[in-house]
Amino acid sequence: MADTKKLAIIASQGTLDWAYPPFILASTAAAMDMEAVIFFTFYGLPLLKKEIDAKVSPHSNPAMPMKMPFGSKEFQSFNWPVPNVVSGNMPGFDNMATMLMKETFKKKGVATIEQLRGMCQEFGVRFIACQMTMEVFGFEKEEFIDGVEYGGAATFLEYAADANISLFI
Amino acid sequence: MSEMTSNMELNCEGLNCPLPILKTKKAIDSLNSGEVLKMTATDPGSVSDMASWAKRTGHEVIAHTEAGNVHTFFIQKK
Repeated sequence: MADTKKLAIIASQGTLDWAYPPFILASTAAAMDMEAVIFFTFYGLPLLKKEIDAKVSPHSNPAMPMKMPFGSKEFQSFNWPVPNVVSGNMPGFDNMATMLMKETFKKKGVATIEQLRGMCQEFGVRFIACQMTMEVFGFEKEEFIDGVEYGGAATFLEYAADANISLFI
Repeated sequence: MSEMTSNMELNCEGLNCPLPILKTKKAIDSLNSGEVLKMTATDPGSVSDMASWAKRTGHEVIAHTEAGNVHTFFIQKK
């Protein structure tokens, strides 16, 4: 197709909440017959690992609603006020919040990160891992899923120069 | 309203963005040109999303109805 639109995304964050936008947008773009590339750099790089271990941290997200995925509708709607001294100091708080968020997403029919990542690959979205970040943080190619390309800033920019949509996430 | 015919049915009820779009894309890919997919969804956002998806891909939403919370789309492959 002569008029294929192109989407270029830099995924720089690796927490559960920030893992969603790159995979949602890239998979949807591909479903809309666009070309899509995600360049994974810095904290976004672990999203290419075979086992994704993304968590969410309410302590560093003051606007994040703290809600329960079970109980009556009123109970689920209640936004629990959690003081920073609790969210920052209570061992396992992030794990609990992560579990609650995953459960909420599941109940609401939202795909998992793994599912969206799989759809991206199925639809031909290209994943590029930042080679420099791999060196700095000590990642090995064996830790990542198959089908990943490796490159640097120039590799991304060469593609992004012709992109219709470029996003830094 | 007379019942429309479809070549394939896809149930996306209970699923949220972007799954109805992604599953619709997969289903459409498996059809031949001119064939019709019947897709049902409960995601209120799917109304706007299906229209945008169709506009971009060239497939046509030939009918959309709503009953209760369920949206039914008939999509013809280009």
